[in-house]
Amino acid sequence: MATGSGVPITPLLKEELDIVIPTIRNLDFLEMWRPFFQPYHLIIVQDGDPTRTIKVPEGFDYELYNRNDINRILGPKASCISFKDSACRCFGYMVSKKKYIYTIDDDCFVAKEPSGKDINALEQHIKNLLSPSTPFFFNTLYDPYREGADFVRGYPFSLREGVTTAVSHGLWLNIPDYDAPTQLVKPRERNTRYVDAVLTIPKGTLFPMCGMNLAFNRELIGPAMYFGLMGDGQPIGRYDDMWAGWCMKVICDHLGLGVKTGLPYIWHSKASNPFVNLKKEYNGIFWQEELIPFFQSANLPKECNTVQKCYIELSKQVKAKLGKVDPYFDKLADAMVMWIEAWDELNPSKEAADAANGPKKEK
Amino acid sequence: MSLKIKESEVDIVIAALRSDLTAFLEAWRPFFSPFHIIIVKDPDMEEDLKIPPGFDLQLYTKSDMEGVAGATSINFSGHSCRYFGYLVSCRKYIISIDDDCFPAKDSTGVLINNAVAQHLTNLENPATPFFFNTLYDPYREGTDFVRGYPFSLRNGVDCVLSCGLLLNVADYDSPTQAAKPSERNARYVDAVLTVPIGSMMPVSGINIAFNREALGPALLPGLRLPGEGKRRWETMEDIWSGLCAKAVCDHLGVGVKSGLPYVWRNEAADGGSAIESLKREWEGVKLMEEVVPFFQSVQLQKTLVKAEDCVAEIAAMVREKLGPLNPAYAQAAAAMEEWVNLWKALGSQGV
Repeated sequence: MATGSGVPITPLLKEELDIVIPTIRNLDFLEMWRPFFQPYHLIIVQDGDPTRTIKVPEGFDYELYNRNDINRILGPKASCISFKDSACRCFGYMVSKKKYIYTIDDDCFVAKEPSGKDINALEQHIKNLLSPSTPFFFNTLYDPYREGADFVRGYPFSLREGVTTAVSHGLWLNIPDYDAPTQLVKPRERNTRYVDAVLTIPKGTLFPMCGMNLAFNRELIGPAMYFGLMGDGQPIGRYDDMWAGWCMKVICDHLGLGVKTGLPYIWHSKASNPFVNLKKEYNGIFWQEELIPFFQSANLPKECNTVQKCYIELSKQVKAKLGKVDPYFDKLADAMVMWIEAWDELNPSKEAADAANGPKKEK
Repeated sequence: MSLKIKESEVDIVIAALRSDLTAFLEAWRPFFSPFHIIIVKDPDMEEDLKIPPGFDLQLYTKSDMEGVAGATSINFSGHSCRYFGYLVSCRKYIISIDDDCFPAKDSTGVLINNAVAQHLTNLENPATPFFFNTLYDPYREGTDFVRGYPFSLRNGVDCVLSCGLLLNVADYDSPTQAAKPSERNARYVDAVLTVPIGSMMPVSGINIAFNREALGPALLPGLRLPGEGKRRWETMEDIWSGLCAKAVCDHLGVGVKSGLPYVWRNEAADGGSAIESLKREWEGVKLMEEVVPFFQSVQLQKTLVKAEDCVAEIAAMVREKLGPLNPAYAQAAAAMEEWVNLWKALGSQGV
């Protein structure tokens, strides 16, 4: 459906999209997002002390899970879900029944375009997910499906249909997503540059995926979005989204799915403590030197034609090749398998799922 | 640590496809005047060029090309005449802009970017082809590598090719131009990014800069369409050249950037018809279906460390794999082989 100006309206997808929010503090940030988020169902994953009550602002349709709920629902498999780390958000992906997920951190707010207009981040993510990606050949004018742009001269016509977009990776104004060493060296740096582009990350190229402002097609890639073992009792933190992003990209490249990055921007308000971050990231900084070559050379056999099969295969390769980097990766490989088992239990085949779905929650 | 390019190390190479360069050079004067300029006149052009005074400038015409390059089989007519300028330059860096492009200004007349300075900045700072940085160029002021970017890759590699973009008339092929005759590129994207290793791209020759010492021979006159014309959407020569250059860069482990700077490209002064051009360019559009997969699969011998040797090997592969498919490819291979010979004879010292 088009407006008078000929610009198509982006569908809301309110029955098809869940917003997953991990929180350990409060959800005050939702007030600012109300005009954009209120039509949607929220899945709140409460980290930390389950006896705390997290107040959800009035008028939102939501379900909330704390650690007791996670333990109850997953039983022994709950050990694959991190505690005291925002990695726990992936539990929300698993329990969702919707086609799309948008996940956002509780210190992220509505940003403004250079014109001063508020950015509807969710609408942009939906546009990104509903339009194709172009991973096989780089378009120098970025997203060719955007209004006012197209494929440039030389772009093969056979590649202009693109592929389905599985992931939309948004960015952040104000506090950029830096690691601890960079934060320590540049404590006052703020991202003030609005880059008006969405682009497909080419096939075969890895990137650091940030979970702060992220949307994906859960039906297409959900099982690959496991955020790993982080936080309490683990030797590493702040690499949850990184781990998920590398696994996800290898699988998307294998299955011919697209990953976009760029717009939309959100306003990231809180700079976490760089010394705390350094302790969490310390192992990751060294380990990623081994992880990147591992993922860059990861090969999935043709028989891996579903996300779950790809993921299980990756977990075997993690165990075989990264176990020698640190015993943590043995545990992580086991947790990856546990995650897929839990995912399949909670998300059985479509017929069974349709039968199991109860009446919708009231507001 | 990024290097600093000296003005004396740069040649600005302009292919003159229009006889009156007055408006073009006057508009660029504030940006071009510190530099040496090479103007290469399209050998098909009969009229004399009109060039305003006050530039440090060298002009090459058809007779110079015949004198220097001798009886070469390479066809330097049309946009390909700029390659002659790349060949005879004796400077380390080249910036090349089409003569229908102007400094980019916004609607109030304020300059958006200094294209010359931005190209040099791109070449001075490292590229990062091995891992994608989501905040784009990490060496730009006000930004950096993001969390999760391996530290061992943060030194980057030399950037040897800088591909700029166009505001106003974007670089569309003729089918797209014919379908969207009034679309104009009004979107200024404030980013420079490294095109990742293994990712091929269409390099538009309209607004580029490169390290001639490192990459020179790889910017070459190769594929000429049977009905090639003077309008950009009637050519694929720069696309072919760019694919070749990217394959060489990927092999040598050096970087290619895309994004800023923008230049403002004017409407065709003669109001060229994209539909007419479609008759000429359709062949090129079909050829891309074979050309792109070919370049995507190019693997060069590990022992090749110089651009000219890489080009020679690619030429042999073109001859073997693409040659049988279309005479245009066999000609391209021949042109590339001839180009390498010319480069070895003249290009490595400059003339």
